[in-house]
Amino acid sequence: MLLLAEQILNGLQLGITLFLMSAGLTLVFGIMQVINLAHGSFYMIGAYLGATAFAATGSFFAGIAAALCGSALAGMLVEFLVLRRLYYREHLDQVLATFGLIMFFNELTRMIWGRQPLFMNPPSWLEGSIELLPGLIYPVYRLAVIATGLLVALLLWFLFSRTRLGMQIRAGASNRQMIGALGVNIRLLYTLVFGLGTLLAGLAGVMAGPILSVESGMGESILILTFVVIVIGGIGSIRGAVVGALLVGLVDTLGRAFLPMIFRIFLDNAYADGVAASIASMAIYILMAATLIWRPRGLFPAHG
Amino acid sequence: MHYFTRKSIVIAAGGVFFAILPLLAASFGKEYLVSLFSRILIYSIAAVSLDLLLGFAGLISLGHAAFVGVGAYTVGIFFFHGFEAQPLFGFIPGSENGLIVFPLAMLISALFALIIGALSLRTSGMHFIMITLAFAQMTYYFSVGLEKYGGDDGLSLYSRNSFPGLDLSRDYHFYYLCLILLFLFLIFIYRLVNSRFGLVIRGASSNSRRIQALGVNPYHYKLACFVIAGAGAGLAGALLANQTEYVSPGLMHWTVSGELMVMVLLGGLGTIFGPVLGAATFLLLEEFLTMYTEHWMLYMGPILVLVVIFAKRGVFGLLAGLERRHD
Repeated sequence: MLLLAEQILNGLQLGITLFLMSAGLTLVFGIMQVINLAHGSFYMIGAYLGATAFAATGSFFAGIAAALCGSALAGMLVEFLVLRRLYYREHLDQVLATFGLIMFFNELTRMIWGRQPLFMNPPSWLEGSIELLPGLIYPVYRLAVIATGLLVALLLWFLFSRTRLGMQIRAGASNRQMIGALGVNIRLLYTLVFGLGTLLAGLAGVMAGPILSVESGMGESILILTFVVIVIGGIGSIRGAVVGALLVGLVDTLGRAFLPMIFRIFLDNAYADGVAASIASMAIYILMAATLIWRPRGLFPAHG
Repeated sequence: MHYFTRKSIVIAAGGVFFAILPLLAASFGKEYLVSLFSRILIYSIAAVSLDLLLGFAGLISLGHAAFVGVGAYTVGIFFFHGFEAQPLFGFIPGSENGLIVFPLAMLISALFALIIGALSLRTSGMHFIMITLAFAQMTYYFSVGLEKYGGDDGLSLYSRNSFPGLDLSRDYHFYYLCLILLFLFLIFIYRLVNSRFGLVIRGASSNSRRIQALGVNPYHYKLACFVIAGAGAGLAGALLANQTEYVSPGLMHWTVSGELMVMVLLGGLGTIFGPVLGAATFLLLEEFLTMYTEHWMLYMGPILVLVVIFAKRGVFGLLAGLERRHD
């Protein structure tokens, strides 16, 4: 029972990270109709800058600030230099150009920081564990990640449904010609939305730093999970991103934790572990395929 | 009918070049080029099969490497069971005869493509891109889970497949096998694209609704296309397994799918012969850039972005001076 509670918390924490990634990506998909494979690169940039600034200054907040500023600036620069030219192109062009960006960013981080992964510890005031329930001891840092993610989700909800900028973003998603005709600077709006998306990716990256190792190419594994989230949730839907992220986070974590035990009941141990590990890695893709058979446009399709 | 158009001259020149390459390599004393160009020919087969999807059917598949991997694993697994003299599933004997395992590799890749395609084609646009990627990842993890065949580490073959009259352990024989298979595959795809089938496929990619109004269900045509492309990739996989005498999950990594797409684009989308040039350009550029720097991707990435933005006709378009397709 305690193990289950612990794994559910782990699943939530992965889900929160995935939510931060998919919220930004789904906005870019939904509003600009651009497929951006390089979204994972901004997660990586956030993690590297955060780890470096934290190591240099000793302040975790400096690390977070560096990650947020760096990933948002890098995002806006990429939008300005590359993606802006691809809004009206075919998806294939967008895929190829952003694939080129991935190659560039992965190699750039390898040049600057080397091939060895960086290790980042949680700040001293978030180290250690607390006892949530009798017997359930959980690391404080992971709880802080969950709390931060929930806070960001709340802020995003406020931004979209209660502010003028949010209204313009929603309007831009449903009809870009109309909002342009109403005198909104669509180009600037797009750059800002893109920057917001990469900022969220950078936040996800720096928060994942102390949990995973910071290395070149770390963005792609999370990117593919993010795609699964978005396909399940429905492209362009923040609500879908929330549900999809939690679903994928929980299924992936619980599958890895419990499938080996379940398989051991009816297979011999050595064999069961291999089969279970393989099926656990595939679980979210099976979930995605099942969702698509049931609802080809995802759980919460944004348009129509 | 003009037989001496710029396009046919470029194609003929390319054909002659590939046919005499081993002689050139031998006369300049650079035998290693034969294996490099075998690799180019193999990737060409995969890229041409992907061009059928990207350039003609309008299906942006970001999971093509999965079928290359399935083809390679078919050769690897049959070799393993033949070598260990232990039948697969208890009743299928292993084999290292190319005439058996090559068609099998294509068949099994086609079966995978049938299942993945039937599910993925329920969606379109951005969904399709992400779903093909996700299915490829699933196949990747499936191969990682194949503990019996090496799991993460992959599987070594102890020799290349046997073909009657050929000795594939000699690089020249292997090179010409690749060349002949590529040649046959190109002819097949060329005739396919210019048949009624190809007409429907191209029609469905430019205006699906109109094709439906003509009483044709594009779904079946697209699925057939996906399966044919899968079989082509499986053939490339079988050859690749033979060349390196090694199969591993790395063959199915999603970056390989991305690189295949890059080859198609560099060569020229929807040109059939272009992807051959694209594969050559990509692999030679990789070879060339790694001579100067280990960080070759730092240059390859921006080159790619520039090609996408400014030079979409690809190398074949530049040489053969083709007009852009009507979009």
